[in-house]
Amino acid sequence: MFTSSLTRRSLLKAGAAGAALAALPFGAARAANPIVIGAVYVGPRDDFGWNQAHATAMDILKQVPGVTVIEEEKVAETDAVTQSMESMINLDQANLILATSFGYYTPFVVEAAKKYPNVQFRHAAPLWKEGDPKNAGSYFGYLNQAHFVNGVAAGLSSKAGKIGFVAAKPIPSVLSNVNSVLLGARSVNPNATVQVIFTGEWSLPVREAEASNALIDAGCDVITCHVDGPKVVIETAEARGVKSCGHNASQAPLAPKGFITGAEYKWETIYKIYADALATGSELPNFIAGGYHNDMLRNTPYGAGATPEAIQAADAAIAGLKAKKPIYVGPLKDNTGKIVIEGTMDNYDPVLDGMGYLLEGVQGSTT
Amino acid sequence: MSQGDLFIVFIALIGGAIRVSTPFMFVALGECLTEKSGRINLGLEGNLVLGAMVAYAGSYTTGSPWLGVLMAGCSGLVLGAMHGYICKLPKVNDIAVGIAFMSFGIGLAFFFGKPYIQPTAPRLEAIPLGGWSSDPLVAQALQVNPLFFLGIALALFLRWAFANTRWGLILRMTGDSAASARAMGVSVDLVRLLATAAGGFLAGVGGAFLSLFYPGSWNEGLSSGQGLMAVALVIFARWDPIRCVLAALLFGAAGALGPSLQSIGVSQGYYFFNAAPYILTLFIMIASARSKSAAREAPGELSIVK
Repeated sequence: MFTSSLTRRSLLKAGAAGAALAALPFGAARAANPIVIGAVYVGPRDDFGWNQAHATAMDILKQVPGVTVIEEEKVAETDAVTQSMESMINLDQANLILATSFGYYTPFVVEAAKKYPNVQFRHAAPLWKEGDPKNAGSYFGYLNQAHFVNGVAAGLSSKAGKIGFVAAKPIPSVLSNVNSVLLGARSVNPNATVQVIFTGEWSLPVREAEASNALIDAGCDVITCHVDGPKVVIETAEARGVKSCGHNASQAPLAPKGFITGAEYKWETIYKIYADALATGSELPNFIAGGYHNDMLRNTPYGAGATPEAIQAADAAIAGLKAKKPIYVGPLKDNTGKIVIEGTMDNYDPVLDGMGYLLEGVQGSTT
Repeated sequence: MSQGDLFIVFIALIGGAIRVSTPFMFVALGECLTEKSGRINLGLEGNLVLGAMVAYAGSYTTGSPWLGVLMAGCSGLVLGAMHGYICKLPKVNDIAVGIAFMSFGIGLAFFFGKPYIQPTAPRLEAIPLGGWSSDPLVAQALQVNPLFFLGIALALFLRWAFANTRWGLILRMTGDSAASARAMGVSVDLVRLLATAAGGFLAGVGGAFLSLFYPGSWNEGLSSGQGLMAVALVIFARWDPIRCVLAALLFGAAGALGPSLQSIGVSQGYYFFNAAPYILTLFIMIASARSKSAAREAPGELSIVK
């Protein structure tokens, strides 16, 4: 192999590639080894929420020279995802699969990773652990940090000091967002409260609208949410003349009068890390947990609903989070009066991943 | 729970009944009309979703939401007419065709609806009927869309027309005994084609309410099975247009129960309260279906009755 390739032609090629490599480290390697990234979404690309956040990042990735992006939307968390991934690998020669929905991981991503050891798989939830295939991995953003900023801005933009939260299901990541909104609001207004209504499902537009109306009727003058597609919640708040904070993707265009800011993922940061690693042939990290400190979150640019004081305080909060300033500072009680956090928690402490309570100041129940 | 809290829940139930019931009402009335002719169109969920998309797209491109409603109705009419035509072919099962049309309508809506998810279309305006009350809750609950009244008027009209007009008699006769209708020289297939098309039109209008009023936006997760539930409501309402409206109102009110109880602090057990409409339907159906008169009220030609 080595001797047969030692021709003048291949030497010239290698020399040229080497020279190019020195000048443009990624470009040359890309030319030699095309990067095809396949993304699988559980819902529509433009749901104003979770899937749109990923799709926006993929659009940015498409601009990177040498990277080809293929996408498939509305792929169920069933055998369908296996078929999507296999067709991306076999027909499009994908060398990285991004499986963006929680239920894709076991067994589908794990099985596919075993079957295709030369393809990289990354999954958007903190599920990868030691012992899982080395060519699989997880990436995840601690969105509650951006919700904390939402809370700060909402706390200073609300007249009533009452923030309404339309939540899908009482799972740790949702509860952490609710609690972070409360702590953010309390950091600027000690009397602020958050009222939460659970709809029980990730996407139920009519009930989300009902829940938003019920919260506004109960006196909340800022509405935010954690559901798959926040479009209905934000539009209902705008139509009722109250302010709103977004979730997952930018909903600013939906509420020109009352939008304050929103908690957004910045998935392109991770996706660029992956693309660069593929280009240089280095190993992709198996686990990336992100927040404000490593540029994996952002807050939507402030809308007309944000007061000047709110903008100032929210900017300060973002600066604090970038410096890893902790959100959960004990002692903190849950809303039944039990102490749940004793000391100061790091923002990435794994204990927080198991959060099963609503803090004191949140009206609502997890059951 | 204080008295004030009970008042909040009560108002929320009324508001919910008014806001949520309209799509159920239109689909149920449309299905009632179709089933009276002796045919079942299970595909109205498809009409509903396609109607929602067409209404939003129509309102966005023409700038007139009411034109959007009309276009939604026409899209439903086309789907209904296709269903009616296919079912007249020999050995075709209307239920199976209905399921195919449900998938077809939803698929069409998703395929052509992509470009309309992001833009904002003009919505239908509500009539503020709560101006007499100083209570903002009452004023909010009584923001009523004209389609709501249109649905009630339509139900009254259908009830009257079924009983008192020549057309109503022909429709009922076709539904109860196709043989008699043929003996009278009535074209059974034509009657059913028209009834299915008209039913499809109404379901399309119901979809327009979803996208242009409440919740008032177009996206692919807009309908959570309202079209299917409404078909069940017809059986529940025993093929009576007035009872269709009452069932739709009950369903809307029950759907508002979960969120409103959480809003006043009764937050335990929301899964149960959210399931309330379905539990309620189940019980009323068991109670009502046991009577002999219930069996008599079903059109005799329906494939589920025969």
